[in-house]
Amino acid sequence: MLMTPGLALFYGGMVRAKSVLNMMMMSVACLGVVGLVWVLGGFSLAFGDSTAGLIGNLDHAGLRDATAVVGGDTGIPLQVFAMFQLMFAVITAALLSGAVADRARFWPFALFIALWTVCVYVPLAHWIFAFDGYVADAGGWMANSLGALDFAGGTAVEINSGASALALAIVLGRRRGWPQQPMRPHNLPSVLLGAGLLWFGWFGFNAGSALAAGAVAGNAFVTTMTASAAAVLSWLALEHRLDGRPTSLGAASAAIAGLVGITPACGYVDTFGALLIGLLAGVVCQLAIRLKYRLGYDDSLDVVAIHGVGGLLGMLMLGLVATDAVNAAGADGLFYGGGFAQLGKQTVAVLAAMTFAFAVSFLLAWLVRATVGFRVDAEVEAEGIDEAEHAETAYDFMPLSTTARLHDGARLHEGTTP
Amino acid sequence: MILVTAIVKPFALGEVKTALERLGVLGMTVSEVQGHGRQKGHTEVYRGAEYNVDFVPKVRIEVVVDDEVADKVVDSVVAAARTGKIGDGKVWTTRVEQIVRVRTGERGGDAI
Repeated sequence: MLMTPGLALFYGGMVRAKSVLNMMMMSVACLGVVGLVWVLGGFSLAFGDSTAGLIGNLDHAGLRDATAVVGGDTGIPLQVFAMFQLMFAVITAALLSGAVADRARFWPFALFIALWTVCVYVPLAHWIFAFDGYVADAGGWMANSLGALDFAGGTAVEINSGASALALAIVLGRRRGWPQQPMRPHNLPSVLLGAGLLWFGWFGFNAGSALAAGAVAGNAFVTTMTASAAAVLSWLALEHRLDGRPTSLGAASAAIAGLVGITPACGYVDTFGALLIGLLAGVVCQLAIRLKYRLGYDDSLDVVAIHGVGGLLGMLMLGLVATDAVNAAGADGLFYGGGFAQLGKQTVAVLAAMTFAFAVSFLLAWLVRATVGFRVDAEVEAEGIDEAEHAETAYDFMPLSTTARLHDGARLHEGTTP
Repeated sequence: MILVTAIVKPFALGEVKTALERLGVLGMTVSEVQGHGRQKGHTEVYRGAEYNVDFVPKVRIEVVVDDEVADKVVDSVVAAARTGKIGDGKVWTTRVEQIVRVRTGERGGDAI
C-alpha cells in the first residue's frame, strides 16, 4: 500500500511541472479501479479453481467469506491473502502509467486499467501465482505444469508491465516534441522520496511472498537488499563512465532496476546470486534505456527498460543461479549443477508472459483509442494536462493573478469560507 | 542621479550587499532573473539524455545613487561579485531623470 503512492511521487517528479498531477492521478486511479475490480471478481478469477490452468472461477467473487483460510495449515485468512495480492495488481497497473506520461486522458486511462486488470493481469497472475491446493484445487499452468520459478512477480508484475507499457506507448504515440524538446524531470527530490518508499515497500513485496516469517522470508529480505545495493553501484559506475557524472535520477532508477531484477529470484537464490543479478540489472537496464532513442518509441519513464528488461533478466538468471539450498521448493540452476532444464522453463514462461501481455494490451489500448479516445488534444498537451484534465495546477507560481470563485460562479468575499 | 543595475551570480548577492552597505548605500531592489551571456547556459544529463539549460539563474540588483558616488558603487559591486570565472555577470549605469519618495513627496537627491 505504501508502494503505489511512492510510485506516484517517483513518477510525478520525473515529468514536467505542468503534468505532475495527472501523472500522480493515474496511480490514484489504479488504487480505486483495480481495488474494486479485485474485490468484486478479479481475485477469484486469478486464484479460484482453474479451468485448464488458464483462468480461475468466480467462487470467491465479492470476498465475503471472512472465515476462509488458504493453504491448509498456514492459517492465513483468504481475505488477508486477497489484499496482499491486490497490492501487486495495483502497482503493476500503476507502473503502466509511466509509458503514457503527459498525454493520456484520465477517464480513458481508468477504463483501460479496468479492462487490462481483467484481461491481462488476472490471467497472468493465475498462471504463475495460483498453485494447486493453495486457494483452490487446481492452479495455473506456469506454476504447476511448467514449473517455472517466480517468487514475487517477475512475470505477472515486471515483464507484464514492461510489455503492456510498450503496447500502450506504441498505440498512444510519442509526446509532441519528443525527443527534440527538453522534458527533464521537474522535481528530483520527489523522485528520490518515491524511490525510497518503493524500496521500503519492496521488502514487504518480496519477503512477504514467503507468506510466513521464516528462513525463506529472511533470505528474500537479504537478497532484495543485496541486489538493489549492487545495482545502485553498478549503475552509477557505468553512468559516470558514459556521461561523466553519477546522478540522483540514476541512483533512484538503479535501486528500482535492482529490485525488479531480484523480484522473481529473491526466494530462490543466495546472496551471491543476488549480487550478480543486481550488478547486471544496473548495467543492462541502463543500456536498455538508451535503446528507446534508437528505436523511436516514447516509453516516457522507461517502464520497458527498467521493468520489462529487468524482469526478463531476473527470470532468466534464475535458470542460472537458483539453488534449492535456500528454499526446498526451488530448483538448482545451471551454475549449481541443475543443467539447462530450469533455464528452459524460465524461457517458456518469459516468452508466454511477454507475448500475451503485449498482444492483449495492444488490442485493449487500440479499442479504447477507437471508441472514447485516449490522448489529449495537441493544445492541451502543450499548455499543460493538469489544468485541462483536473482543473488544478501543482504549484502556484503567480499567486497575484488568481481570484477565488464558488463553483456556481458567485465571487468569494473576504472572510467567506468556501 | 544614477541607476546602477548589476546582474550577478546568486551566491554573490551577500557580498555585494555588504559592500554596498559599507559605502552607505541603504536601499536596494533585488530580483531573481534568468539569462545567459556568451557562455550560453549549461548541460544537464538525465538517464543518458542531454538537456541544454539555456537560461541560468542570476540576481539583478538595482540601486539609485548620487552622481559622485556612482563610480565607487560600480567598482565595489564588481569587486564583490568577481570570481574570475565565466558567468560573473554585468554592471551598467543609467541616468535617472526624477525620483520621488512616495511617503513624503520629497524629490531628487533627498528622496534617495
